[in-house]
Amino acid sequence: MDEENTNLKRTALFDAHTALGARMVGFGGWEMPVLYSGIAPEHQAVRQAAGLFDISHMGEFQFDGPGALPFLNQLLTNDLSRLDPGQGQYSLLCQDNGGVIDDLYAYRLSQDGYLLIVNASRIEVDWMWIKAQRNTRHKALQLEMTNRSGALSAMALQGPSAAGIIAGEFPAAVELKKNRIAALDFGGATAWVSRTGYTGEDGFELVVPNEHAAALWDRLLSLGQALGLVPAGLGARDTLRTEAGYSLYGHELTSETTPIEAGLGWAVALDKPDFIGREMLAAQKQDGVSRRCIGFRMTGKSAPPRERYTIFAADGTGREIGEVTSGTQSPSLGCGIGLGYIETAHAKPDTGIEIEIRNRRFPAQVVRRPIYRKPD
Amino acid sequence: MSDVPTDLRYADSHEWVNVEGDTATIGISDHAQEELTELVFIELPEVGSQLTAGDPCAVVESVKTASDIYAPVSGQVLEINDALDTEPGTVNEDPYGDGWFFKVRLSNPDEINDLLSDEEYAEQVNT
Repeated sequence: MDEENTNLKRTALFDAHTALGARMVGFGGWEMPVLYSGIAPEHQAVRQAAGLFDISHMGEFQFDGPGALPFLNQLLTNDLSRLDPGQGQYSLLCQDNGGVIDDLYAYRLSQDGYLLIVNASRIEVDWMWIKAQRNTRHKALQLEMTNRSGALSAMALQGPSAAGIIAGEFPAAVELKKNRIAALDFGGATAWVSRTGYTGEDGFELVVPNEHAAALWDRLLSLGQALGLVPAGLGARDTLRTEAGYSLYGHELTSETTPIEAGLGWAVALDKPDFIGREMLAAQKQDGVSRRCIGFRMTGKSAPPRERYTIFAADGTGREIGEVTSGTQSPSLGCGIGLGYIETAHAKPDTGIEIEIRNRRFPAQVVRRPIYRKPD
Repeated sequence: MSDVPTDLRYADSHEWVNVEGDTATIGISDHAQEELTELVFIELPEVGSQLTAGDPCAVVESVKTASDIYAPVSGQVLEINDALDTEPGTVNEDPYGDGWFFKVRLSNPDEINDLLSDEEYAEQVNT
């Protein structure tokens, strides 16, 4: 994930990160904090109290007008018509062959207003694709579409203490149910606050105009000071999402994989009349797929698994059956965990597999996602 | 500023070497452990194996990535620091003491002259 630090964009919170002693790295074309105090302590803070992440690198697209719903519902796999104003859903943008262009969150802000939150590395590709669709198949529809990624900042407040912290500035946010969004006031500006996240914990994502980002960041950090809130970097964001079993574009999701193979069939609404990729995805759902995305954990002592390591069958044949797409040491479990694609016959939870690490094979086990579950 | 003890020699790939007679103790520098972040796994060479200066001989893994460690000198591995197997974080806490990696019997003591002095290494990492 590290990239050369040349021509990288900086978020409105860059100076705040530097002041907090962050280590910065390139990610998706942006210079982002990978850690402040350390990946493991930031990870634990999010599981036990709360962490604040800069996610301003992510993209925001707005759609307004009576044509927004039919247009977006033709592009996205999930059914946007199920949303009332103030509701959101996870969804995917696919090619005709079902390959994933991006995964995203879609919110219905008002009767005819929608907001998509997309991956940083996919902003340009997504926007080109959406514009091309608009200009070819959907010219007649009445809608305005705006790429607001450059003007908006975003942050994620995550962890069991998140609600207690956000209450100090946005009492209404605490009332939001999961996947709901509200436009709230922050110093005279609109803050979109949604109850969602990428860590497997309760939490919120907040989108504000760039010029208000530093004030909101500081405000949340100060509200959380007594409640164990720490700034958290992309390193902890990645270990948290891997433990939660969430897909990351470029790893579990690419133009070569489909939502069905990725185990995201629940976000593919095959009952809506038509959308791009439907034919392939319906066929895969009906006929089954030859490989599937799985979570796994190492069962013996070993180095952590890493992306692109080979997965072998543990059934005596020693056959190559797949590849790791994300791997790390799990700070919560204290062992190596990962996500990967393997042949469907081996994808059942509890199936023994082997991961090749530097020419030696180590035992692992397919597990249900989330890989880490909080004790009740 | 990372710590660079004056009584050690250094490889530009960030290993330190402490020479006592024909034996050398090897570890990674304070700067290296800082750059690598919290270590979660360390794979050391086998006792008895023969190392060649410049070749990868160990692997350190942080939460995020795996990195190779290079043999700063050639020689046979006499002893490894078994404690790192269960406590890899020792390298972060005490890189020049309890966080040592392994000891070798030098097969070519002249190689020591190719290593950096503490001043040269400090200049490389602290400027």
